[in-house]
Amino acid sequence: MKFLKVIAIAALSIVSCSKSKITPPSAFVTLNFSHQWDGATVTKSDFNTIKFTNANGQQLSIERLRYLVSAITLTNTEKQKTIIKAIQLVNLGEEKGLRLTSDFAVPQGKYTLSFIFGLNDTGNLDGVYQELNSVSFNVPTMLGGGYHFMQFDGKFNGSNSLINNFNYHVIRAVNREDLANVIFKDTSFEVNLGDVVINESGVIEVKMDISEWFKNPNLWDLNTLNSMLMTDFNAQVLMSANGKSVFSLGAVTP
Amino acid sequence: MMFKKKLLFYGAILVFLSCSKGHNEEEYTPVSAPLQIPTLFHKLLIAPIIPSNNPQTQEGVSLGKKLFFEKGLSADNTQSCATCHDPKIAFTDKRQFSEGIDGVFGNRNSMPLFNLAWNFDENFFWDGRSIGIERQAIEPVINPIEMHNTWSQVVSVLEAKEAYPELFYKAFGTRKIDSILVSKAIAQFERTLISANSKFDQYLNGEAQLSASELNGFDVFMDETKGDCFHCHGSDKNPLWTDNAFHNNGLDAVPFDLGLAKVTGDPADNGKFKSPSLRNLAFTAPFMHDGRFSTLEEVINHYSEGLKASPTIDPLMKKVSSGGVQLTPQEKTDLKAFLLSLSDFEFISNPVFQKE
Repeated sequence: MKFLKVIAIAALSIVSCSKSKITPPSAFVTLNFSHQWDGATVTKSDFNTIKFTNANGQQLSIERLRYLVSAITLTNTEKQKTIIKAIQLVNLGEEKGLRLTSDFAVPQGKYTLSFIFGLNDTGNLDGVYQELNSVSFNVPTMLGGGYHFMQFDGKFNGSNSLINNFNYHVIRAVNREDLANVIFKDTSFEVNLGDVVINESGVIEVKMDISEWFKNPNLWDLNTLNSMLMTDFNAQVLMSANGKSVFSLGAVTP
Repeated sequence: MMFKKKLLFYGAILVFLSCSKGHNEEEYTPVSAPLQIPTLFHKLLIAPIIPSNNPQTQEGVSLGKKLFFEKGLSADNTQSCATCHDPKIAFTDKRQFSEGIDGVFGNRNSMPLFNLAWNFDENFFWDGRSIGIERQAIEPVINPIEMHNTWSQVVSVLEAKEAYPELFYKAFGTRKIDSILVSKAIAQFERTLISANSKFDQYLNGEAQLSASELNGFDVFMDETKGDCFHCHGSDKNPLWTDNAFHNNGLDAVPFDLGLAKVTGDPADNGKFKSPSLRNLAFTAPFMHDGRFSTLEEVINHYSEGLKASPTIDPLMKKVSSGGVQLTPQEKTDLKAFLLSLSDFEFISNPVFQKE
């Protein structure tokens, strides 16, 4: 009997050792999207009040903020890429999409985390994403179709002494001045958040500093650029440039 | 003596089994009746919302339809759901405000009923106060200015009618009627009210041609520098023609009716109401939550020149300081032509939806 016990323990040990060699520890990855204004936390409760001041000194409110990131990718030290989520729509005002967890576990270890803000031309196809159609995130076909990258709406104190609306809507840039020669420019961009270590919990904070949309590198004047920006090719190029400093890596929870 | 006891024992078991068997034979399983999802919806939209505790069945839908037209839901047996939601006009009311059984009028225009299963956030009524169709269906029965009834009275009336206990049994496996089952049945019927065969749907399906005016109107609708309607009212890629969300669309500088704010208690929601679908506008006048506009021309003029600024007006309302988007007369005509192309004549004449 003792002999059998020894055999059983030995067998279990072998199985256990074999298992650890075949399957390295892995973890599901969770991203938390957080939002700031010049470093101060912004939540839904901060909406609808003119309480923010942009780099141009204009006071404004946030009433709607939803944006799209795609191809959320972990790249390991051997440059192998794993897309953990193809598309994520974040809606701060409705507190939807603020947290995503990968559908599968990845080996624990060191990675770089990156994603595309919006959809690049390969993915920005007209009407193909049911989850985006269903929340009316489309771009009209006359503007090339596909999807918004961001809808950021609010009000601001204008130089006309009135409270004015703004619609900072980011899409693929399109110039329709000459309808026989419509020009498109892919204004999506890659955001590389740098190195992260995926451990057992694998919770990573992705920060958006909303104020950056108005200041770096292009100082934004809401008096001149406030609405109907979807049809403004140059405005889209400026917004794309400003977006590149918006995101940063936050806490990686051990 | 022992033999007799055994006989009695086994006899009792046989009787018990016999009764059980008989009961099993009476068990009725309702026939599943999945929604017939239109091609466009299937292609473009996520799946409709069907609660797991209220699947669609033939018996449930049939009972729901009977209840929808049942005047016994009202305290004096004079009004049914269909009284204010007439199937011949896309399940709405021609009157600005509907009149309850006591002659009292409400202060909101009756909402048309169609494509309700694609209201993904499930906020119903103009102010979103009910979550889910089942809960929505509970309220009008007990609303003092509508059917002004009690659910116990409704149950008594339905139980007294010969047909209902059996219909409830076939739909839900019980002859005991209650408000939950009534609302479930009505919700099942309402989910079948699908409108997806307008001229514009046919155009998108390659089955019809639009006139030049309708096509121009669609461009006005989709152009951010003109109508810019698509941000709140869907598009060819979202054929619900609504976002089912809440907006202050600039009707009043000081909203008389607080709308969503009355539900949330948040002043930032003052004057916000759910965007109605633009389908079936040919049948659903008057327009807006309070039915203030009798014609589509009035509606278009409102967005073109009639916007009123307020602290909660939606930022998507363009050029508020000049009253609106300033459409030309031709653009207005074309926009109206396009909007009317979203009307589904098959839907309003479908015998399946009419009272039998």
